[in-house]
Amino acid sequence: MLRRGWWKAYLFILPAFLVVIAFRLLPIVQAVRMSFFRWGIAGPLGFVGLKNFARLFIDPKFYLSLSNTFWYVILVVPMTIVISLFFASLLNTKIRGRGVYRTLYYIPVVTSTVALSVVWKWIYNPDRGVLNALFNMLGLESVKWLHDPRGLFELLFGAFGIEVTGFFAGPSVALLALIIMAVWHNAGYCIIIALAGLQNIPRQYYEAARLDGATGWNVFRHITLPALSPTLFYLLVTQSIIAFNTFTPVYVMTDPPGGPLSTTNLVVFYLYEQSFKLWNLGYANAIAFVIFILIFSLVVVQRKFIERRVYYA
Amino acid sequence: MPSMRRLSEKTLIHVVLIVGACMMIMPFLWMLTTSVKTQQDAIKFPPDIFPKQLVFMNYLDAFRQVDFSGYFLNTVIMTFGTTLLVFVTSVCAAYAFARLKFVGRELLFMTFLAMMMVPIPVYLVPSYVILSHLGWIDTFLALIIPWSVNIFAIFLLRQHFMTIPQELFDAARIDGFDHLNILMRIVIPLSKPVLVTVGVFQIVASWNSFLWPLIVTHSDSMRTIQTGLAYFAQAESTNYPLLCAASTFTIMPLVVLYFFVQRHIMESFARSGLKE
Repeated sequence: MLRRGWWKAYLFILPAFLVVIAFRLLPIVQAVRMSFFRWGIAGPLGFVGLKNFARLFIDPKFYLSLSNTFWYVILVVPMTIVISLFFASLLNTKIRGRGVYRTLYYIPVVTSTVALSVVWKWIYNPDRGVLNALFNMLGLESVKWLHDPRGLFELLFGAFGIEVTGFFAGPSVALLALIIMAVWHNAGYCIIIALAGLQNIPRQYYEAARLDGATGWNVFRHITLPALSPTLFYLLVTQSIIAFNTFTPVYVMTDPPGGPLSTTNLVVFYLYEQSFKLWNLGYANAIAFVIFILIFSLVVVQRKFIERRVYYA
Repeated sequence: MPSMRRLSEKTLIHVVLIVGACMMIMPFLWMLTTSVKTQQDAIKFPPDIFPKQLVFMNYLDAFRQVDFSGYFLNTVIMTFGTTLLVFVTSVCAAYAFARLKFVGRELLFMTFLAMMMVPIPVYLVPSYVILSHLGWIDTFLALIIPWSVNIFAIFLLRQHFMTIPQELFDAARIDGFDHLNILMRIVIPLSKPVLVTVGVFQIVASWNSFLWPLIVTHSDSMRTIQTGLAYFAQAESTNYPLLCAASTFTIMPLVVLYFFVQRHIMESFARSGLKE
């Protein structure tokens, strides 16, 4: 057998192993170490214990970036999944040209976020943008899109004379612009995944339901949704992580970076600002640690509370 | 008349699907038409849908203003370097994990998988510090080497290698094949679809990567096409015809690739779960 050359196995692992050690494991150790230091562009500036973490609690911009990220994730993910499920269901009927639709819906997925951000910034342009032109044509007023820091709930409740501020003002109009673009960008991927999930549901389920006299909504609610729940759960987890890690549109589209009154400053962008603009590398690692904990607990919470309702056939 | 109802139902579905398709491709069409407009034409409000005259000079002008051909070359080097190394590291590691017995195999594999749990933002700052210690900042090494291992690719290939029948390996041993021969003559030829999946995914991911090149390179001569476009967008923030021309140029290689290997791209994204 292969006993004699046992060491050869390690030789095969070695290239991957070295890279994993140097650029996966070592950075994590380094990140933990750095978070206990004040660390500038030239290196460590002294041990500060837990001060970097303490600073998180009194940094209003950090809180703002967290609440922005909260609204962003909580709106992008369900909207993307619901819209995708809708289109996937339509594509799952016996119609012609399914391939053509699939091809078209998927194009945004393979295009770079930088290029799309440039184009969408042009579309959202407050004075010259095609979206406002469309709005005006429909008799609606122009919107300042990426330049409007007012919160959606602030506007909504303001119409009734109720004032809401801070976190409860909700996502700003500028953030909404990023949310719309993100839904558009990721829908194609979710449609293809949901469609594959729909096609995997055994036909017998539907036939049995029809024999029992179930129709329309009932079939969707009691057959399609449970059978599709593993797919939907998968989309929920992966899309949440993608949304949480959003950086590029904030960097390219918003002006000043982070948007009007920092209302589009998402937490990964804030991490970037603190590290590669302000060079507070120690503090940045404390932020990175929070990002890690949040994504980790997001996945754990989803597994614990939502996966219970998933039916794995 | 049930058949009439069916027909109108189908028409309705098509109408909704077409509206959806329009919304998906509108931004691209808008990008294309803007890219061939004159600056004056572009900023007209309300805008004309079709350009009055076609100005293809915008593409040349974009190239003249910043070094897009240099950015393009850098991106090609980064993309192919990364993809090639990912093939080498993951095929070798997956082969060992799937078919060889050695002490610590499970532990090592689990460690690899655990690394996938850490979100990318966590790596940015410490990797930057490590890369500057190595003196790799602003070089291709910084762009390529940290991403020369794709743990998910190792996982995917390992799963596939485990399904290859043991008899093939036994026969190869009897014929006196060594590991490298087995890899080249048996394992790789039998794994072409998975390898295409890995390759396509890696090419798309590398080509579109932005945050990493943004932080590990500084000089203009090291810019990739994505960081170059972002830079151009800041420098020429109001010249939309030029920006749209540059954006078109940036996405074109992948869109062309997409039309050729559409099925593979969808499949590789479906398997890997995460883009970027």
